[in-house]
Amino acid sequence: MGHLVYALVTVVIGLAGAAIYFYASNLLLDRALPYRDAEGARASRNLRRANAIRPWLFMLPAIVILSVYLVYPVLESIWLSFHGKAGIDFVGLSNYHWMLVDPEFRESIVNNLLWLLIVPALSTFFGLVIAALADRIWWGNIAKSLIFMPMAISFVGASVIWKFIYDFRPAGSEQIGLLNAVVVFFGGNPHAWITIPFWNSVFLMVILVWIQTGFAMVILSAALRSIPDETIEAAVIDGANGLQIFFKIMVPQIWGTIAVVWTTITILVLKVFDIVLAMTNGQWDTQVLANLMFEWMFRGGGDFGRGAVIALVIMVLVVPIMIWNIHNARQELR
Amino acid sequence: MFSSLRQSPLLFLTHLSVLVLVIVWTIPTAGLLISSLRQPDQIATSGWWTALSASEQNNTFTTPPADTASQAEDGFALSGNVFGKDGSGSVSAFGSSFMKPRAFDAGETAKLRSGGTLTVAQNGDYRMTFDKKPEGGRGERIFYTSVEPPAFTLRNYQEVLRAEGIGQSFINSLTVAIPSTAIPILIAAYAAYALAWMRFPGRLLLVAVVVGLLVVPLQMSLIPLLRLYNGIGGFFGVPAQTYVGVWLAHTAFGLPLAIYLLRNYIAGLPREIMESARVDGASDFDIFRKIILPLSFPALASFAIFQFLWTWNDLLVALVFLGTGNDKLVLTARLVNLLGSRGNNWEILTASAFITIIVPLIVFFALQRFLVRGLLAGSVKGG
Repeated sequence: MGHLVYALVTVVIGLAGAAIYFYASNLLLDRALPYRDAEGARASRNLRRANAIRPWLFMLPAIVILSVYLVYPVLESIWLSFHGKAGIDFVGLSNYHWMLVDPEFRESIVNNLLWLLIVPALSTFFGLVIAALADRIWWGNIAKSLIFMPMAISFVGASVIWKFIYDFRPAGSEQIGLLNAVVVFFGGNPHAWITIPFWNSVFLMVILVWIQTGFAMVILSAALRSIPDETIEAAVIDGANGLQIFFKIMVPQIWGTIAVVWTTITILVLKVFDIVLAMTNGQWDTQVLANLMFEWMFRGGGDFGRGAVIALVIMVLVVPIMIWNIHNARQELR
Repeated sequence: MFSSLRQSPLLFLTHLSVLVLVIVWTIPTAGLLISSLRQPDQIATSGWWTALSASEQNNTFTTPPADTASQAEDGFALSGNVFGKDGSGSVSAFGSSFMKPRAFDAGETAKLRSGGTLTVAQNGDYRMTFDKKPEGGRGERIFYTSVEPPAFTLRNYQEVLRAEGIGQSFINSLTVAIPSTAIPILIAAYAAYALAWMRFPGRLLLVAVVVGLLVVPLQMSLIPLLRLYNGIGGFFGVPAQTYVGVWLAHTAFGLPLAIYLLRNYIAGLPREIMESARVDGASDFDIFRKIILPLSFPALASFAIFQFLWTWNDLLVALVFLGTGNDKLVLTARLVNLLGSRGNNWEILTASAFITIIVPLIVFFALQRFLVRGLLAGSVKGG
């Protein structure tokens, strides 16, 4: 209980500290460069200078924190990738060489590519289907709320939920996992699903699809609603049926949003870690980059060089999306 | 919209497919909740979907000591109810030997090897007779199969909160999540205002940097920060893994989204408000404090919900920067530990998992409106 009180006190101190910083720095600026009581030329010069400095006062805490926690680590990781276990001795390209020949790394890359293909595609597809269907029925909002719900559940919590579904008991005994119970009900043999290579990765992906479909649905639902009614009415008058309207009129108008949903989920997939750690910890050929990197941070006392190399690979995979996002944001600012 | 489709027979199909999808999406969570409320032995022997129907169970009942049998017209007899005084249930079969627990149907009279008889009625009333006065202080065993009504219990929850450290972890999770949610808000709001409404060189570049940082993977930061924390800890002689370190890390990782969301929102506020305030002699600081901050409440709430869900549900940052000490595990980390150590004790796992997801679920259902608004502001605008 003690540290919870400590946390609450920290919240108060932190917020008060930030408030005092903004208030005091602002006051100091006004004192140093007075413009209210000063005469003409000096007042306008002071005002101009104060206005040039004030934005940086407002942004300083954010800039400091972002520099230390996000910008510096990128540079440091590049530096570390050329150094050994403890990050001290220079080892040239040997970490990169290790990466190219390591079978576990290759397995992770292949799995990550599978995740990248399957999870965004299925999440976006289901999200789009539900968004399109739920808008036509009176209980659509309740349906959407329930499908959105897994978004609030942690990856670890979701892993426990699904591990229970995939639970396996030897043939002949009562199955308590839903999947095996269904399989047995239809006359099949029960399987230990998460130990079957390739398919076990798919079963892990199902968990992320289950979580992310709600996200895709919410965004796409809003996009579908913003489609002007006239285009659809015109299509109806021309005799298009429901499927034609959906695929030929509605989907083309929301391509931009579909792309945003797809890339957002792609970024999440690249970082997927919790699910693999909780379900298999990389066993049975399910290793992915983020989990491999986490292992190398601590395996054998930790190898920072190799960990940094893997982190850089994840970063490089993200860069195209980053550039595309910045490009879009700049266009919008114009 | 769709007025012409509304009448079509496809509508039935629409209802049906949405219903199927909703069921598929909710069943996993429902299974977890129902299981967490069942008796451990029932979870292990039958699927949770059978929990709502009555279940058949094999039980043993031990009578009071045989020498307490009372004199009756047909010898000596023991009688009572196998469900005890308060219990209820329905006996379908019984037997007197371990080998044949279901030898007789309820209501029949069984001849015992000792010469007496045993009968167990459907409601659980039993009567055991003996030819001569039995000796010995031990009770006789009766084996019976009963159909029991669904039974739910909160015992699993008591168990995990007390013995499995979930209670401690719950407090740890709150300790991590509250400051990590509160601290970034003010910092981000000031930066967002500057990026939205103040004129200075490099503004667009900084906005682009924020958009870029939105997608920088967390994994990039782990090793450099771990080294930094170890260095600072070693230099000042303090522990490297502290709550302060986690709060600052979460603050930093949440800042790009916070600045981005708030900047979009603040930039959308009407220019006239700010200009009229400026004409009245208000400084940027006053404008921000008295006008922008109160007006931005919906955006602040959206971000706060995101950040709370993210920090509460986070595993990676807590594992790396808080460590795996037993007293420092947050709920997600504890759950991963339990998956390893109690992998087959589903009563423990389901109850623990439900405790970890209940807080986000409450936040989710209570504040869904803000969450949806935040998602839309954060994503649609990007494209």
